Amino acid sequence: MLPFLTLILLCQLAGELVVGALALPVPGPVLGMVFLFLILLIRGQVPAQLEQTSNGLLRSMSLLFVPAGTGVILHFQLLGEALLPLGLALVISTLATIFVTGLLMRWLGRKASDG
Amino acid sequence: MDNLQETWVYLSATPLFHLTLTLVAFQAANWVFEKAGRNPLLNPVLGAVLLVVAVLIMTGTDYGTYFEGAQFVHFLLGPATVALAVPLYRQWHHVRRSALAITLSLIAGSLTAILTATAVTWVLGGSGEVLASVAPKSVTAPVAMAIAEELGGLPSLTAVLVIVTGIFGAMFGSAVLNLVGVKDWQARGLAIGTASHGIGTARALQVNETAGAFAGLAMGLNALATALLLPIIWTVLSRLFGI
Repeated sequence: MLPFLTLILLCQLAGELVVGALALPVPGPVLGMVFLFLILLIRGQVPAQLEQTSNGLLRSMSLLFVPAGTGVILHFQLLGEALLPLGLALVISTLATIFVTGLLMRWLGRKASDG
Repeated sequence: MDNLQETWVYLSATPLFHLTLTLVAFQAANWVFEKAGRNPLLNPVLGAVLLVVAVLIMTGTDYGTYFEGAQFVHFLLGPATVALAVPLYRQWHHVRRSALAITLSLIAGSLTAILTATAVTWVLGGSGEVLASVAPKSVTAPVAMAIAEELGGLPSLTAVLVIVTGIFGAMFGSAVLNLVGVKDWQARGLAIGTASHGIGTARALQVNETAGAFAGLAMGLNALATALLLPIIWTVLSRLFGI
């Protein structure tokens, strides 16, 4: 497990370095994901221990958002003042985004598999 | 008794207490979620956040003190994002085959997220600062915060809006997709990941591996698309409406 946790951290570190050096508009960990993906592509398979390590991290991914979510206590006042515009914007925009992306992907995906 | 109280006062301000609080709150919320047959409406992130916020308010603890303990959990978001490479690799043959469909759907979704969020907030009288904070709300938190700052918003408000968007999408995304009859796991994952970034991806991973991989992919691509598109859209909108 430890060697692959190290590999994951190295990918993240490399991602942060490249993003910082080139001022890229993506977060370091996302580029780190690309690096790990490229390593897997070159190797041609997922080592069993990497599978375990990544499963361990991804199974509890929901937990990892709790500290940032608790940041809501910093903005109770502002959120209270703009509750209606922000609340409606989040509800409408999130549902519309899921609707548009899902329907378009299904439609284009079908066309691709038909052709 | 005095000793016990003194020790408690000391411990309640240590990182150990707030780290444990975060884990206990999540276990409790997750237990309810599992008992209710993984009903998306009982989203464990929402439950855990409400519990932690309640404890912090009751004990009069500020967010900075809480975060000293919670940062150890928060830190793992980075490695977890990197680990998404594994499900992505497993689905790579599907991704390659639908590359064009993915790109077009993602750009449409990204534009929908930006334009509807800004339009609704603007119509209902949100200030320019609030508009700039809500515009990148579908993107993973670190990118959204950077974009909001660039547009003159409040990054810490954006972080909250991002999380709420993620939870809301994870709660109601499946219902919307069922309603319009999108059953394909690739399309479902892509939609949830575009709208609700990592929290949507976490939910998708619990339901189906294909959906999880496509959600993770969408999260990464939408971060890139929004970072490139939003500053341009913002310039156009400010010229047109004087935001």
